[in-house]
Amino acid sequence: MILKKLYNWLDERLGLKGIYDNILDRPEPRGNWWNTLGSASLFLFILQGATGIFLSVYYTPSPDHAYDSIQYIMDGVAFGWLVRGIHHWGATLMVVIVFIHMLRVFVTASFKYPRELTWLIGVGLLLATLGMGFTGYLLPWNQRAYWATTVGTQIAGTVPLIGEFILKALRGGTDLSALTLQRFFAAHIWMLPAVLAGLIGIHLYLIIRHGESHLPTKED
Amino acid sequence: MSEQELSRRDFIKVTTGIVGGIIGAVVGLPAVYYLIDPALKSGGKEAWIPVGKLEDMEVGKPYPFSFTRVQVNGWERTATSHAGYALRRSEAPNDLLILNSRCTHLACTVNWSETAQAYLCPCHDAKFSSSGDVLDGPPPRPLDRYDEFRLTDDGVLEIYYREA
Repeated sequence: MILKKLYNWLDERLGLKGIYDNILDRPEPRGNWWNTLGSASLFLFILQGATGIFLSVYYTPSPDHAYDSIQYIMDGVAFGWLVRGIHHWGATLMVVIVFIHMLRVFVTASFKYPRELTWLIGVGLLLATLGMGFTGYLLPWNQRAYWATTVGTQIAGTVPLIGEFILKALRGGTDLSALTLQRFFAAHIWMLPAVLAGLIGIHLYLIIRHGESHLPTKED
Repeated sequence: MSEQELSRRDFIKVTTGIVGGIIGAVVGLPAVYYLIDPALKSGGKEAWIPVGKLEDMEVGKPYPFSFTRVQVNGWERTATSHAGYALRRSEAPNDLLILNSRCTHLACTVNWSETAQAYLCPCHDAKFSSSGDVLDGPPPRPLDRYDEFRLTDDGVLEIYYREA
C-alpha cells in the first residue's frame, strides 16, 4: 500500500517508531489518573498557545485600541467569543491544573532522587505560568485589568531597597502607561512563552529519561 | 479486526484519536472561520447621498459638491471625504453628468476653472474637459462618473454611492 510505503520511507529517515515508543508508549508503573495532570498541563499550554496566536490576529496592545479591539473580537469576528473564551477559561484552568500537578508530585514524593531537577524546573514552569496569568490579565485594558496591575506592581514595589526599581522595571516607568501595556504584551506573547517552551522541553526530556515514579509503598 | 479482538491498548488508541479529533475540529474549524471572517464580510456599504437642489444648479456650469463617509474597519473608524461636480447639460431635469473630482492619475482633487473651462488638477497639471475627458497631462482615463442618480420629490439630486 502506498501509505505504508510512505510511512516506511519517512520512518527510515526520521525514526518515527522510536519517537512513538519513547514518548507515547512508555511503560507506566500503574494506571493512575493523577499521573495525567502533566499531560493535561501540556495540552492546556498548546491550547493557550494556539488560541493566543489567533487572538493576536485582531488584538492590538495600545491604550487607545486594546479595549475596542477586544470588543471587536467578541462582537465583530465570527467565533471570536469562542477563541477568547477558550483562552480566558483555559488560563484559569491551566493555573489550577499546574498547581494540582505540583501537589500530586509533592504528595507522592516524586521529587526525590533522581528527579530533583524535574521538580526544580517544574517550579520554574509554575512561576512562568503565574507570570502568564499576571501579564495576560492587563491586556483587556478594562478597569479591572488596570487596577489589578496597579495593585500587583505596587505589591512588587514593597520589596525592601530594590522595590522602587522593580516597580519601575515592571511598569516601564513610574506610572502604569502605554509602556506597561506594551511590555506586558511582549512578555505575554514572546518572553514567557519562550521560557515555558524551553523549560517544558527539558521537563519532558527528564520525564522520558527517568520514567514515571512509582507510588511510595510502606517500606519507602 | 473484529470487536472481540480489540485489545485494551488499541481501544485507548482509537478513543484518544477520536476524542483528539473532536477537540481538534471544535477548536480548529471555528478558528479557520475566525481567521477568514473579514474576507467574508460584504465590505461595500451603499447609500443615496444628497448632492444639492436641482434649482441651484445652472445649466452648463459644473456644480461642486462634497460629502463625507465614515468607514468602520474592525475597531477603527475613518472618515473619508468625497467630492464631485454635477453638470446640467440641458434644461431637462434628468440630463445630468455627475463626475467624481478625484483625479484618475494619483487621486488629487481636480477643480473646475471658469477661465480654462476645464477641470484642472493642482498636482501634475492634468486637464479634463467638462465631460471629464482627458485633455492634457498624465491621467490614464477620464474622470469617474456617478452613473446612478435620482431626483427626490422636492427637487434634491441624490447620487448612489457604493463603497469600493
